[in-house]
Amino acid sequence: MGDHHHGPAQGLSRWLFTTNHKDIGTMYLWFSFAMFILGGAFAMIIRAELFQPGMQLVEPAFFNQMTTLHGLIMVFGAIMPSFVGLANWMIPMMIGAPDMALPRMNNWSFWILPPAFLILASTLFMEGGAPAFGWTFYAPLSTTYAPPSVTYFIFSIHVLGLSSIMGSINIIATVMNMRAPGMTYMKMPLFVWTWLITAFLLVAVMPVLAGAVTMMLMDIHFGTSFFSAAGGGDPVLFQHVFWFFGHPEVYIIILPAFGVVSQIIPAFSRKPLFGYASMVYATAAIAFLSFIVWAHHMYTVGMPIAGELFFMYATMLIAVPTGVKVFNWITTMWRGSMSFETPMLFSIGFLVLFTIGGFTGLMLSIAPADFQYHDSYFVVAHFHYVMVAGAVFSMTAAVYYWLPKWCGRMYNETMGKTHFWISFIGFNVTFFPQHFVGLAGMPRRIPDYALQFADFNMMSSIGAFIYGASQIMFLYNVIATIVAGKPTSDEKVWDGAEGLEWTVATPAPYHTFETPPAVR
Amino acid sequence: MGFISERLRAIVIHAAALIVTVLSGGALASGSKVNQLDMSPGVTATGQAIYDLHTAILWICIVIGVLVFGVMFYSIIYHRKSKGYKASNFHESTTVEIAWTVVPFLILIGMAVPATSTLIQVYDTDEAEMDILITGYQWKWKYEYLNENGENVAFFSNLRTAQDEIYNTEDKGEHYLLEVDQPVVIPVDTKVRFLVTANDVIHSWWVPELAVKRDAIPGFVNETWTRAEETGIYRGQCAELCGKDHGFMPIVVNVVSKEDYAAWLETKQAEAAEIKALMAQTFTMDELVARGKNVYQGYCAACHGMNGEGGLGRAIAGSAIATGDLTKHLDIGVNGVPGTAMQAFGGQMNDVDMAAVITYQRNAFGNNMGDMVQPIDVFNHKKG
Ligand code: HEM
Ligand SMILES: [Cu+2]
Repeated sequence: MGDHHHGPAQGLSRWLFTTNHKDIGTMYLWFSFAMFILGGAFAMIIRAELFQPGMQLVEPAFFNQMTTLHGLIMVFGAIMPSFVGLANWMIPMMIGAPDMALPRMNNWSFWILPPAFLILASTLFMEGGAPAFGWTFYAPLSTTYAPPSVTYFIFSIHVLGLSSIMGSINIIATVMNMRAPGMTYMKMPLFVWTWLITAFLLVAVMPVLAGAVTMMLMDIHFGTSFFSAAGGGDPVLFQHVFWFFGHPEVYIIILPAFGVVSQIIPAFSRKPLFGYASMVYATAAIAFLSFIVWAHHMYTVGMPIAGELFFMYATMLIAVPTGVKVFNWITTMWRGSMSFETPMLFSIGFLVLFTIGGFTGLMLSIAPADFQYHDSYFVVAHFHYVMVAGAVFSMTAAVYYWLPKWCGRMYNETMGKTHFWISFIGFNVTFFPQHFVGLAGMPRRIPDYALQFADFNMMSSIGAFIYGASQIMFLYNVIATIVAGKPTSDEKVWDGAEGLEWTVATPAPYHTFETPPAVR
Repeated sequence: MGFISERLRAIVIHAAALIVTVLSGGALASGSKVNQLDMSPGVTATGQAIYDLHTAILWICIVIGVLVFGVMFYSIIYHRKSKGYKASNFHESTTVEIAWTVVPFLILIGMAVPATSTLIQVYDTDEAEMDILITGYQWKWKYEYLNENGENVAFFSNLRTAQDEIYNTEDKGEHYLLEVDQPVVIPVDTKVRFLVTANDVIHSWWVPELAVKRDAIPGFVNETWTRAEETGIYRGQCAELCGKDHGFMPIVVNVVSKEDYAAWLETKQAEAAEIKALMAQTFTMDELVARGKNVYQGYCAACHGMNGEGGLGRAIAGSAIATGDLTKHLDIGVNGVPGTAMQAFGGQMNDVDMAAVITYQRNAFGNNMGDMVQPIDVFNHKKG
């Protein structure tokens, strides 16, 4: 950091060559929002086709491409990069560091993302169409029976895995080495803690995903038979490898979200987090357990009963640390002095709906019951409660919470609250009925369905359009704030907010904490 | 717009009905109902056990949820700044924290016990009275009755719903998408073991009312079982994404009395014997084309188009193969094209149907080869 005290460079080169954690954070956030809109558009196509029984708008083959790209883009393009963006912006400011530890790598890990998704999206225009085998891409549907575009898909997964690994190494290096003097581990804000643990999860499992897609590549182009039964391979092996990545992945998505609400709920309850230490331990326990439960996604593949029992017990155990978290947030609210600005509303929305998703998770963990739930809409409902109402709601809360600090302007509170209520209602109208159709026997990933599911599906589609439309209001509110929001220079935008990020000027200057702050 | 408002009205009416159903304890009767809300206990003892387990956990979750959200909403209502409530500053309490770790753990043990015993029940495939081999194909199911005396019975079960219903040019029937040309028939009160496998990609055989879901995986033979306690028709679907027509490969199980089953089996065996006889016969062009048309619509049209115009697969109309060397054409029908969606149909249909469909393809859609294939040609070709 030779010549400091200069502002950002001008024009395009500012963004292309920047090594500033705030610039890179901003780019991550905008990129992930763009992906959220794209993935959302695919979801609208899915729900429009499912509005009524019968095929109306698209062909089954294209429908499958939509479900696949929707899942991939939301998980890898929207949710994960949005939290990396948040980490970039907030972690240095929360631990009193001037920047991330590895700023050039930081630039690189962002800039390889857009090409990766460009490649993935371009498969839509290739012969044979885009990947149509679901975001879980089970072999041999994704190998022997895949469209030619699968090779581009594999390349794109490799690149975004690389990006995630670089991003995580950076976060680990930053948290371990750049904390201000006095900022001991057990003083770090929970958002930093959850991200540190998430980063370790990422470094551990992204290479496993890379291994899975590499084996696919070999099967497709180099005549191996890792996953092809005809050549002596094993299609179930694919699922084990995939879910060894995939289950930690769902916690990679939710842990930073836990971190965010653990910052926001105390701020608007004007009361410290009830059990800081137990929150840290619970996060670590969840991370550990996430490595030994993967086969709960595979109860129906025909594992030996001993395996089923092991994975069932281990999965049920996750409910304990998850419960600890929920109880902690509620006792934090208890006898606080609460106010309900938009970030708090989204956090409470998170708390209620994530808990419902946790309950259905517990139900799904019961192996014999899962024989009825598995691959039905019940699972679709479960993971949207944890991923949308969990991760996306918390991310939305984070944007409202820190936006004034980022740009020195206040967002429109009325519009923010309206956005919350429309989202909340739209979300529940969309996904609550999916529990019912799932229990009644509707499989997931089908472009058309039997008549008894018609009403709930129509309800679901209407809810989805409402939820989708409310995001336009969000986009508008954010842009309007940046361009013309009411200026504020209050360092501590929220009276109950705690943490080093609220000690710097508002808007946060281009460089912060060039001299480390004193931490009590 | 008219139909939307009509639909909305229907939703409102159903919503009212739903509330009544919920209050009266959920949809208990068997059979997938319109707007069914809850899992069905189905018609087997395992189904009932799973349903009870599901209901118990659901209620545990509901009770915990009411308590937790109750505390939360109490706090939201009373502990607000706008009411002048002053924040207290308490945090950490070892007692409380131990309690909320240990109590959930004990509840989990309470759940794990019945879950384990139900699982053991589901896994107990011993002492089955009969075996059916189920093979998933893109996009249909094949059923083979094993260990039967006399003629072996095997058949494919295809979606019966017409394309016109799917593409909305005709009204949809009552069992839209859940009807097949040939259901699998099993006797009531009999322990039937299913051996489940697949020919191409992974499928999953799911019939909610029999409480059976088992993945059909190429290269594996999975075992599962059922013992239906009530006669009736039970419908299900493929549960694992298996490609384009994943949503169009339903399962229909017809549970009949033991006598009816014996009679059905006899007819099936007679049919099989008849096909055997047909194999030796020589057919006329018209007979082959008429039979071939049906076969084409059942097996080929999904990819090659109703009028041979192509789609996922190549066009048949005017194709180099269908208007070229007959042996090559027959070979593709029998052995497929490896590595593509064109399967080896030789193992999926009898030689009469194969002869008919090849003949049909060469003499339909404007193809006018004038040559034909007889069952014996197919037989010889398969022998090599
Ligand atoms: C109490 C905690 C949780 C438990 C016990 C749990 C349990 C399960 C189980 C058993 C399944 C497999 C269901 C099936 O396919 O039959 C499942 C699916 C899933 N869960 Fe969870 N879950 C929990 C929390 C979460 C969280 C926090 C996330 C992510 C933010 C998540 C995301 C998912 C996803 C994405 C799937 C479906 C994957 C797919 O097949 O596409 N779950 N969960
Ligand atoms: Cu999982």
